[in-house]
Parts: sequence; C-alpha cells; structure tokens
Amino acid sequence: MFKLWPFNGGVHLPTHRQESSTAPLSIAPLPQKLIYPLARRNGRNAKSLVVPGERVLKGQVIIPADGTMNPPVHAASSGWVSGIEQRLLPHPSGFSGSCVVIDGDGMDEAVAFQGVSNYAAMESDDLRGKIHAAGIVGLGGAGFPTAIKINPPRQFNVEILVLNGAECEPYISCDDSLLRHYAHEVLGGALIFMHILRVARCLLAVEEDMPEAIAALELAKAEAGYGHIEIVAIPAIYPTGGEKQLIKVLTGREVPADGIPAQVGVVCHNVATAAAVHKAITAGEPLISRIVTVTGQGVRKPQNLLTRIGTPISELVEQCGGYTDSAQRLIMGGPMMGFALASDDVPISKSTNCILVAGQAEVVGEKTPMPCIRCGACATVCPVNLLPQQLYWYSRASNLERVMDYRLPDCIECGCCDVVCPSHIPLVQYFRAAKSKMAEKEKERLKADHARMRYEARVARKAQEQLEKAESARRKKELLATALSTSKS
Amino acid sequence: MRFPTLPSPHLAPSNSVSRIMLQVLVALVPGVMALVWQFGPGVLVQIPIALISALTAEAMVLLLRKRPVLPVLLDGSAALTAVLLAVSLPPLVPWWMTAFGVSFAIIIGKQLYGGLGFNPFNPAMLGYAVLLISFPLQMTAWLPPLALAHATVSFSDCVALIFQQVTHASFDGLAQATPLDTLKTQLGLQTHLDEIQSAQVFGGLSGKGWQWVNWWLLAGGLWMIRRGLIDWRIPLSLLGSLYLLAMFFFLYKPALYPTPLFHWFSGATMLGAFFIATDPVSASTTPRGRLVYGALIGVLVYVIRSWGGYPDGVAFAVLLLNVAAPTIDCYTRPRVYGHKA
Repeated sequence: MFKLWPFNGGVHLPTHRQESSTAPLSIAPLPQKLIYPLARRNGRNAKSLVVPGERVLKGQVIIPADGTMNPPVHAASSGWVSGIEQRLLPHPSGFSGSCVVIDGDGMDEAVAFQGVSNYAAMESDDLRGKIHAAGIVGLGGAGFPTAIKINPPRQFNVEILVLNGAECEPYISCDDSLLRHYAHEVLGGALIFMHILRVARCLLAVEEDMPEAIAALELAKAEAGYGHIEIVAIPAIYPTGGEKQLIKVLTGREVPADGIPAQVGVVCHNVATAAAVHKAITAGEPLISRIVTVTGQGVRKPQNLLTRIGTPISELVEQCGGYTDSAQRLIMGGPMMGFALASDDVPISKSTNCILVAGQAEVVGEKTPMPCIRCGACATVCPVNLLPQQLYWYSRASNLERVMDYRLPDCIECGCCDVVCPSHIPLVQYFRAAKSKMAEKEKERLKADHARMRYEARVARKAQEQLEKAESARRKKELLATALSTSKS
Repeated sequence: MRFPTLPSPHLAPSNSVSRIMLQVLVALVPGVMALVWQFGPGVLVQIPIALISALTAEAMVLLLRKRPVLPVLLDGSAALTAVLLAVSLPPLVPWWMTAFGVSFAIIIGKQLYGGLGFNPFNPAMLGYAVLLISFPLQMTAWLPPLALAHATVSFSDCVALIFQQVTHASFDGLAQATPLDTLKTQLGLQTHLDEIQSAQVFGGLSGKGWQWVNWWLLAGGLWMIRRGLIDWRIPLSLLGSLYLLAMFFFLYKPALYPTPLFHWFSGATMLGAFFIATDPVSASTTPRGRLVYGALIGVLVYVIRSWGGYPDGVAFAVLLLNVAAPTIDCYTRPRVYGHKA
C-alpha cells in the first residue's frame, strides 16, 4: 500500500461525475468560429500576427510568444481572419478585450507538424523550447506556462514528478475521460517530463472513485512497461486536486508559503498537460485542442468533448443538444471555484476544463447571511488550516493588519468554508474583497514611496544647486577680489 | 443567451443555524425523558414556560431594536437557551423564576450584546447563575428521585405547584437536597465520606436518579459528536481533566474526596460537557484552544465542587472560561499550511 498523508479539512462533495462521464467522449465538429483573446497574463495586449482577411492554417501561430511567461497561441483550425474585435473574455473579471476572430472554412488544413523520433537524445533546454513553442500551459486550470514549471531553479533538488489526475471539483470529468482514452499519451508525456527534469520517480494521482481511469492506466502501464510510474489512488476529498494539497497527500511535504513545489523536491503537472506535451514532442502538434466537460442540468446531453481551443461555448452547448429549460447559470470551471459568465459567446481557453450549465437546484442564489455563531466549521474544513471565522471579522472591519497576521494571502479561495457555513456567510467574497484592499494599499504604499523618493531627490538636488550657486558666487567674488587687487597694485 | 454572474462558490450551503439548533434540541430529548422519569414531569411544565418567556423577551428586544423578528425567532437559538435553562432548574421552581431567568438570559445575556453570535457569555448559564445567586433556597431544592419518592407527583400537581404560590412548608415537604449538596454540607460538618454516601440520596455511580439523567445526556452528547454537531475536543478535555483531578484527590484521601465517576455522573457534568461548554458562540474556536478551554472548565468544576461555596460549579466554570475564550483563541492559532510553527 502506498502511504498517503492527510491534509487538514476538505469536504466530501457529491461528485456529479456520472452525468458527463457515462456518455462516450465525442469529438466536437469543426468550429464555425474561433476566438483568441489578445490579453496576456500580465494584462497587457499582445499584437496579433495576422490581419483581417488573411487565411490561417491549423497550427499557425497567430499570437506571438512574449518571453517564457507568454507562450504563443496557434490557430486550432483553418479559416479566414474576420476581424480583431472587442469581446467578452473567458475571465472572472467579466471584462471585454481585443480578440482575433477566425471564421472556420471547414477544411482543417494544417501547417506541417514536425515531431521528434527520439527525444531521449535531446537536451532538456531544446525540449523546453519545443514545449514553449507549442504553446503549452497547465491544463488543470491555472494555465501557468509549462516550460517554466519544468525548469526549476538549479538550487532545488527535484526528485519526484507528480501528475495530477485528481478531479477534485464536482461535475468535472475531463481528466477521467482523458485517462480512460489517452492513458498511453499521458504516461508517455510523463516520461518526457522525467527526462527533462532528470527525475527517476513519478507519482500519478487519481481519485479512488475513478476505477475505469485507474484500470486504463494500469493496462497501459502493463502494455508499455512504464515501470517507474506509480499510479496512486487518493481519497476523493475536495480539494485534494489542489497542487499543494496533492503534494501533501502524496509526500507528506508542505510547499513553503510563497514558495514553489520544487523547494520540496516536487514538480507537479496536470495529466492533460502531460498528454499535450507528448503530442507536441512526438507529433509536433501545438496545443490546439483539449477535452472539455460540458455538464449540468442546464444542458440536454452532458458529455466530454474533444474541443478546439477558441471554440465559442455556444457551439459546444449546441453540440450537447442545447439548453434545457432549467438552465440557470453558465459557469466556466466547477461549482466551487469556477466563474459565472454573462454570455455563452465566450471561447474555450487553454485552461477551460469544464462548462457547467447549472440548473436552478444546483446552485445557490443570493445568500441571506445570518450572524456568525463561531461554530468553527470553516476552520475544520480549511485545507490551508486558516481560521476563516477570525479572518471574516477582521475583513469586515477592514483591519488589514490583522488580516495579514491571520495569513489571508494563503487563502486559496477553494470555497470549503463558504459551503459549510451554517450562517450562509459569503466568506470567500469577504476574503477576495480584503485581498484586493490589501493589493490596493500595497499599490498606494509603492506610490507614496515613489513620491517620497522623488521629493527627497528634489530637495537634495535643490540643496546641491544652492551649494553650487554659493560656490560659484564665492569664486566670482574671489576672482573679482584678485582682479581688483592686481589692478590696484 | 444571457446569464446572471454571481461569485463562486456556486454550490449551495449544506447546513443552517436553525438546523443545528433543532438537532441539539433533539439530542436533549433522552436527557429530558430521564429527568421526567426520575424527577417527575415538572420539567415538562418548565420547558413551555421557558420557551414562551424566551421568545417573548427576544421579540420585544427585536421590536425595540427595529430588527426583523420572525427570522431571528426561527433561528432556534432562543429556544435552545430556554430549554437548556429549563432542564438545569429544579423541576418545581415557581414559574416566575423560570420566566425571570430566561428573560435575563435572552435580554441581558444575549440581545444587549447584539444578539446571536455576539454574546460573550453562555446565556443559559448566565440566567442560571443569576437565579442561583438571587434565590439560593429554591435553586437547591430538588425533588427526590424516583427511588426515594414516597408519592409520585403528577403533571397536574406540578402545574399547581409551579403556578400557585407554594408556601415554604409544603415545598420543603417535597424537596430534598441533591447528592452534591448533601456532600458539601456533610463534609462541612466533618462527616466521613463513607458515612455520607450511605445516605439515601446516594446510590449507583453517583446519586440515585442523577446518574440516569447524566447517562442519557451523555448518550445525546455522543450522538451530537457523531453527527458533527459539536467537536469532540471540549467534552473530552472537560471530562478528562475532571476525571484526572478527581482521581488524584481520591487516591490521595479517599475519605474526603469521592471517586472520579461520582463527579462524572453527578449534577450538571454531562449537560455541561456536551450541551453548555460546547455552545459555539461563547466557547473557544481553535482546535487546540478547545482542548485548553474544556480542560480548564473541568478543573474549575472540580475546584468549585470541592472547595468552593456552591455544591455544583458547572455554570460558574463555564462563565469564567467564556471570558477567557478570546484570549485562548489568540494563543492557540493553528499552524497554517506551508508556514513554520
């Protein structure tokens, strides 16, 4: 038996996985429209490489890379660029931004992909470069560039690769589906990661209530002999699939606050990222598609779809038989951490794992909070071991010093405290508000520092000028004095 | 199609305050039934009196504060306070005492601080302490348990006794000191413990009747732990420290100090451990803090019972630790993931 470690808290939630996982994985038809936001991770807009009216091919780079933090974006199918328009972004902010819009031509004509036959003979840096050029980011949800994650600082001795196949949020089954259908690709991707990172050990974590996925992995393992990859069934407790929680469960190690997993010898990737890397290295195909779960009482035929990135949600919902009458809320992601979208005219992004069209009975409306009775249920379930109740008092009072003291920045906004609170207090909202207040204050502090520095520099400069003036006046006087004395004599 | 954009988490909360309060009330049922079985139906008259007083008092304050009345009354917290106080009282205290105690608990103990969630003290115990200090005679006059009663007191007898101004004489005829009370008085008279415990009120693990009430309250308490309504830490540490301290003194001088089990099954021990000390609003909230909080209550209960001025000490012990709870919380914060201790 593999030794597992507990993390504090977590909640058992009904998985609702069957709704989408019992239907076979289907391949979404070629999208009529493809939308690619130009917004970068840092909020600035990239420059499009294509112009309206231009024809693009599948796999062609349409948004260039900008450093390692921003890998390139490729067209997921062939078509004509119809324009660069302001559109609603797939982002919790609900903001609009410039997007490249492509009208699909249904040909799916691709640029030539060039795979590598023997990656084991290649240097890690070259492989990282290929992964970056393939536009690969973490497919688990955060979308962090993969090439950076597999390039940990040299001072850390990485010994374990963790592949995250734990679908911790209810309703989502895209990783389950991936593991059942693409176990070889996932394990192959794991080998590439291991080669790049030069680690000998890989733990692939799957939730224990995903027996088909585990069976598929074991079968693939037996067929191809990936002996050094251990498949570990972990308890299905939300949020075991969180990176820090998963590392704790598998290794008993805790990633330091403000630190990265490499500091405790671990690098963690989502299983779908591994499959994407496998595809990018062996077939040369960039990241242009992923599996997306479309589920909830609000769609007629919940299922997993192999989807081109950039496809509007509306086309996917159509593919799933359209909305039911009970469709109430459109959520990108799961019901715990996903964000509600105002419209379905939003594209699937690289990190979109699920589209949950929730019915009336599946989501909570506007809550009417009661006073906190200090029951501590929130602290019992907090996976980070915070005291949400105290944080709530201090957040309400805008006592940012105490909020900091009680370690609000460590809150991962998983929502556990929120759903167990008997007083129905929207705790996560309070925490988000307090966090943004803290960010605001930090910004003000920087601004004040800047202003103070400028002021001090000005005062110093003035003083210097004064000094120089006095000096030159003195010198003039001296000169004059000598001139006078010489003229006298 | 347009959709509303509400923030995450979208999942509906799984619990509610009124649901918790209701379940705690359910957990009290075995204890109340044991009280009725052993001490007659008086408590069944006291509970409605307490409920009516509590809800009236709460409604009045809410009206004065211009707050919505019905949602607060329905949260069940006032009802729970009422029932907890009602079961703590001797079954035949006059109705106005119950009404006064409960009203004090709700108005002074809870609403004046801002209502549910803001009261530093356990309201029921505050009401109890006020009654105990104001009316010590009535508050220590319990009915004899089933095994010692010469005649059974019927429901209508209880109603008559509670509502009519009973003379002291007739009341005294019925009432009897509790085992803890007898113990305190007799030890004060230098009587040997063996001699004291041969008296009629003692029997079984503690006192006749009393041990059954405590057994059934314990059963209700364990059910609450199983249901996740209360944390195990406070009852465990409370009973644990009480047991250890009692064991120490019992081994030291068995002639003066009764057994640990006597303390467990006497007076309000189980009520205090599972229903009073665990009141979330006034208790400590951190995991380690709860252990400290419970353990200190256990110590104080023993100290008050053994050397204090009152036969039982649960109410005072809880109230004293209520004051300390915020400080305990402050020094027992758990280690956050990824941080050093």
